[in-house]
Amino acid sequence: MLTVPATETRELAIDVRGVEKTFRIPTQRVETLKERATQLFSRAEYRQLRALRGIDFEVASGEFFGIVGRNGSGKSTLLKLLASIYRADAGSIRIAGRVAPCIELGVGFNVELSARENVALNGVMMGLTPREARSRFDEVIEFAELGEFTEMKLKNYSSGMLVRLGFSLMTHVDAEVLLIDEVLAVGDASFQRKCFDAFARLHAEGRTIVLVTHDMSAVERHCDRALLLEGGRIETIGEPDGVARRYLELNFGRAPAAAPGADSVSHDARVVDAGVADSNGEPASGFAQGEEITLEIVVEALRRLSEPVFGFQIVNADGLLIFAPEPIRLDGRQALAPGERARIRARIGNPLAEGHYYVHCAVGRGSEGQDPLAFRKNAADFVVYGTRGFGGVVALECSAETTVEPAEGSE
Amino acid sequence: MTAPAQRAELQEIRGPSALGGGVRRFFDLLWLSAVTEFKLGYHGTALGFVWSFVRPLLIFGILLVVFTQVFRLGSEVENYPAMLLLNILLFEFFAQATQQASTSVVVNESMVRKMQFPRLVIPLSVVLTNAMHTGLSLIVVFVFLIAYGVDPVWTWLLLPVILTALGVLTTACAMLLSAIYVRVRDIGILWAVLSTMLFYAAPILYPIEIVHGVFRDLILLNPLTPLFLQTREWIIDPNAEGAIEATSAHPWLLIIPLLIAASVCVAGPLIFNRMAPRVAEEL
Repeated sequence: MLTVPATETRELAIDVRGVEKTFRIPTQRVETLKERATQLFSRAEYRQLRALRGIDFEVASGEFFGIVGRNGSGKSTLLKLLASIYRADAGSIRIAGRVAPCIELGVGFNVELSARENVALNGVMMGLTPREARSRFDEVIEFAELGEFTEMKLKNYSSGMLVRLGFSLMTHVDAEVLLIDEVLAVGDASFQRKCFDAFARLHAEGRTIVLVTHDMSAVERHCDRALLLEGGRIETIGEPDGVARRYLELNFGRAPAAAPGADSVSHDARVVDAGVADSNGEPASGFAQGEEITLEIVVEALRRLSEPVFGFQIVNADGLLIFAPEPIRLDGRQALAPGERARIRARIGNPLAEGHYYVHCAVGRGSEGQDPLAFRKNAADFVVYGTRGFGGVVALECSAETTVEPAEGSE
Repeated sequence: MTAPAQRAELQEIRGPSALGGGVRRFFDLLWLSAVTEFKLGYHGTALGFVWSFVRPLLIFGILLVVFTQVFRLGSEVENYPAMLLLNILLFEFFAQATQQASTSVVVNESMVRKMQFPRLVIPLSVVLTNAMHTGLSLIVVFVFLIAYGVDPVWTWLLLPVILTALGVLTTACAMLLSAIYVRVRDIGILWAVLSTMLFYAAPILYPIEIVHGVFRDLILLNPLTPLFLQTREWIIDPNAEGAIEATSAHPWLLIIPLLIAASVCVAGPLIFNRMAPRVAEEL
């Protein structure tokens, strides 16, 4: 009996082969006739921006597929190629069925018109017949929770209402393939959850969804597979958790320290070096949530330092102070002689939320280190990746249970 | 739960184009956008769509006073006010539609860059909206013609021929201008000047027989001229010179403007079609 691997029995929804896209960006934009005439004989100068090269991938029908990548990696360009907004320079793109592209929610809306008229117009733009668009109207409005505002002009809508209407329309146009770009960056938490519930429903109905996003937790929670773009090429394609991990490594791990360490000028001491290492003592820049971080700081005395204290601060990417330890003192020594170096090794348990962290180092004097001698900002940095927690600055240990209490008087 | 009824076949995606996405959808979209624009055209004004014929009537009133009272043209020309009114309405359609269409693709930049739809809908819906306004006004104009005492003749039935020819030429200009405007913004200013030139160099304000010599030849070279000559002969005054009679001495004076019009009608779609796939990147 012939057995076919499960993945091959599924039909393809999207098939992309050898797609290339290069933008020609004029170094000097020629827009007027005079400029054109004077530059007629000098070759127009263009900068070639190779946005995408050699892109090959396929998406099975019914798959929830994520496209991730850093800013400028080409992911939006790829989505616009799939959506027929740009034309590929080379290669082929094949898609099965109707596509509902959503590059930006509500972009086709005319704010002078009511919701009813806009649903008709945009429904047709997304491929419905005018009759279908009108008949979907009630469903669209119900899902968007805009029942009282159907005849109101869109210019009187709040931005949240516009987004709800746009999203609702997109999910009601019966497209086989949905292309979604960062829609969920807007809207409040309950709307975002509603969006993902809608995706789950569409996914269950067997529709193909392509989601471009920065939100790795969304990729891990919802996508069947994901693709990581880096510099216009496919860096990784496969299981969402692997792709998300690689993205975070790329995004934070390789990044140089944010600012060159801003030293306060001091004649007493200087912070020579600071770095982070994993539990084996190997220098590292990325840590999984919960993985112990070893921070190593080397301080040199420029003159005799009696009873120095050392300290550090961990701040997150927003500059919020996450943690500063008790002042650290020399073990078994009272003072450092000029030229002597102290190596401070701090082991830090890691309950941190996903993100990028910076370490500031300080040397001081006095019982609480209140007399600062040297300070070095952004002496080290590291990244924490993981999926524990839904938000916040720390990932607390948490387990939950639920019970149901009987209604009053039902005994 | 509604599953997609039938698995569709993989189909090549060739990117955006002037027309792509199905004929049905193209016309649905064109009609809906034009109707929407028509409704919004005089949005916020007290008179609303009444403006679509009050506006040409006002322009007509000014020109009528100038040309009958200052230049004393009216007396020798049969049904001069009627001719003037109809001519102005037709020219207003051409001028408004082409001028609005020229910037239309750029004005709708955010939609072009973020949504997928046949690009040709944009300039064409501008033309269609203007055609709706003109159609309404034509009713008013014909009421005026009859009230003024112009005799209805069977050649009135040929009006659709003129309207079609004017519509095709206007559409081609709209495509051409909107495509060029994306790259060369000067065309907007240039076109304002050029259409003023076309206005004065056509028998709109005056009858062709009062112009002589080289100026008459120049006027006959204007691709709009045959339309206005024919309008006058068929609608206003059966005894006036039509396009063929006016050029009977020099047939090339008819052939050249027709060739110009024909080349615009070919160049418009061609250039728009070339521009359409890349317009989202150019903007």
